[in-house]
Amino acid sequence: MAPVLEVSGLSTVFHTRRGLVRAVQDVSFTVNAGETLAIVGESGCGKTITALSLLRLVPMPPGEITSGSVKVDGTDLLKLSDAEMREMRGSKIAMIFQEPMTALNPLLTVGKQIQEMVVLHDKCSQEVARKRAVEMLHHVRIPEPERRSREYPHQLSGGMRQRAMIAMALACRPKVLVADEPTTALDVTIQAQILDLIGDLQREFGTAVVLITHDLGVVAETAKRVCVMYAGRKVEEAPVEEIFGRPLHPYMQGLMNSIPRVGSARGLDVAPDERLQEISGIVPPLNDLPPGCAFEPRCTRADARCKTQRPELEVKAPDHIAACWQA
Amino acid sequence: MNKPLIEVTDLKKHFPIRKGLFGNTVGHVHAVDGVSFSINAGETLGLVGESGCGKSTVGRVVLRLIEPTSGSVKVEGREIVGIPRTELRPLRRQMQIVFQDPFSSLNPRIRVGDIVGEPLMVHGIGNKQERAERVAQLFNRVGLRPSQMSNYPHQFSGGQRQRISIARALALDPHFIIADEPVSALDVSIQAQVINLMMDLQRDMKLSYLFISHNLSVVEHISHRVAVMYLGRIVEYADKKTLFASPQHPYTEALLSAVPLPDPTLRRTKKRVEGDVPSPIKPPPGCHFHPRCPYAEARCKVEPPVLREIGPGHQVACHLR
Repeated sequence: MAPVLEVSGLSTVFHTRRGLVRAVQDVSFTVNAGETLAIVGESGCGKTITALSLLRLVPMPPGEITSGSVKVDGTDLLKLSDAEMREMRGSKIAMIFQEPMTALNPLLTVGKQIQEMVVLHDKCSQEVARKRAVEMLHHVRIPEPERRSREYPHQLSGGMRQRAMIAMALACRPKVLVADEPTTALDVTIQAQILDLIGDLQREFGTAVVLITHDLGVVAETAKRVCVMYAGRKVEEAPVEEIFGRPLHPYMQGLMNSIPRVGSARGLDVAPDERLQEISGIVPPLNDLPPGCAFEPRCTRADARCKTQRPELEVKAPDHIAACWQA
Repeated sequence: MNKPLIEVTDLKKHFPIRKGLFGNTVGHVHAVDGVSFSINAGETLGLVGESGCGKSTVGRVVLRLIEPTSGSVKVEGREIVGIPRTELRPLRRQMQIVFQDPFSSLNPRIRVGDIVGEPLMVHGIGNKQERAERVAQLFNRVGLRPSQMSNYPHQFSGGQRQRISIARALALDPHFIIADEPVSALDVSIQAQVINLMMDLQRDMKLSYLFISHNLSVVEHISHRVAVMYLGRIVEYADKKTLFASPQHPYTEALLSAVPLPDPTLRRTKKRVEGDVPSPIKPPPGCHFHPRCPYAEARCKVEPPVLREIGPGHQVACHLR
């Protein structure tokens, strides 16, 4: 199966007064139809800028995508004109954001917003588009979709707004859905509902999903492959079982050891009151990265070589790559 | 058994909703609706629940940052509800709070050394020299360098700012700290640093915590006992092991089942609850959880269940248990 989304060598920088900020450097990955790739990392690791770069939503200037390609079904989005790119957004590649309130237009009813997009892309009549909007709201399991479609975003609860945004993103059946922390602002019971919903719709439409998150629990429950980012670069990639079973990069290992787990209840062998493992220090500023491995200042296994030479991604095990001299 | 450090009985806070030109009260938000719990010295009580369940209001009412509508809060046996502010002030030394957002809870125009030293000044402790020494000591205690005392908050990362908030809370040697979502704004690797610090401090200084959070894994890690809140009421209250191993309230069950586990080999069959949390302005009659509860019966719709003991130290508010 040919991948639906092929990203290769993507680099995005920001020109700021404090110098060049290399937010994303040489990031590559592919996603097949119906599959979920999770990109994990902490604030400032470049995961959101990667997502925005895929849709060319990075503000330019100060941002600039300096190299790479983003191919959806073989078409390189980075080579398109602005007008052609607008055509692609929504119809081939769509995005949902963390905070639905800021992504929805507060002055339009949710039905109208979906309708507008359908008319734009499918060139159909307003009436057909309106029906499609209601149908989509029904699809994302919003109760009384006909009535809700006439309501404004502020009249909906947080979970409902996120559903409306998903309805809008999927209304034109895009091949790729980029979901940037789609459940971070939601309560856990609502988060569970939304993740189930994204999974169901993905299976139904065969959408390729790029899920950006910092929550390893969400990753473990939804993703097929996992890409770990640190300081703008991909540092590890593997199928989900492999990476959770045998994380190779010290950063990923540190992340996994630093999360407390709801464990004893499920019979997992988690010693209670055990001290959490910390990753000391903080993420380095992206305009002032260390010359060697970006993780070296926080790494417990670093040696002289890590200080001076940056490790490249290497195959360390079947279908498992990592960028680390020690792994 | 020794007396609990904090004893809260039937605490209520109803916020009036005012509307119109004359601000007539048209209803009440039942933010906290009869909550009781106690915390022993050196113990952590975890208070969990989803947004709007009233958990943060509980924290503020216990400190009387917000005046309660009714109920009692005893600190080391002394009632603090209804006593005048002047009498409250010395008691405040023993109770401190750490907030969620380390960006908005520190004044950006004040040097962090002064932020940490301010409680000492307010309570008239020591002279300038002594206060500076105390602040330096506090900085060391929470893992900051005393040389950073003259910096401003924006020069620190989120985790460091939370350490500053903790140092400020510790300045007066309190016995009791309320931590309202103290790690929710932090990245996971930084979360671990702050949680470890809080647990070390508790061990060394015999602190008691009321740890308010929506993050069940963090609460399980740090708490000795846990109270689960839903729409202003405690629905289940037990020691940590009992609560996480055999949750009895359907809401606790749903909450635990909804937490995604960082283990892909465990794609579980999940119990999902439908719908959203109802508005606390007009909570459903009877058991507040009945519209979302998969087991609800006729009785649940009319009769509010009371919290009762079903095992040693395990209380549940559900008709069906």
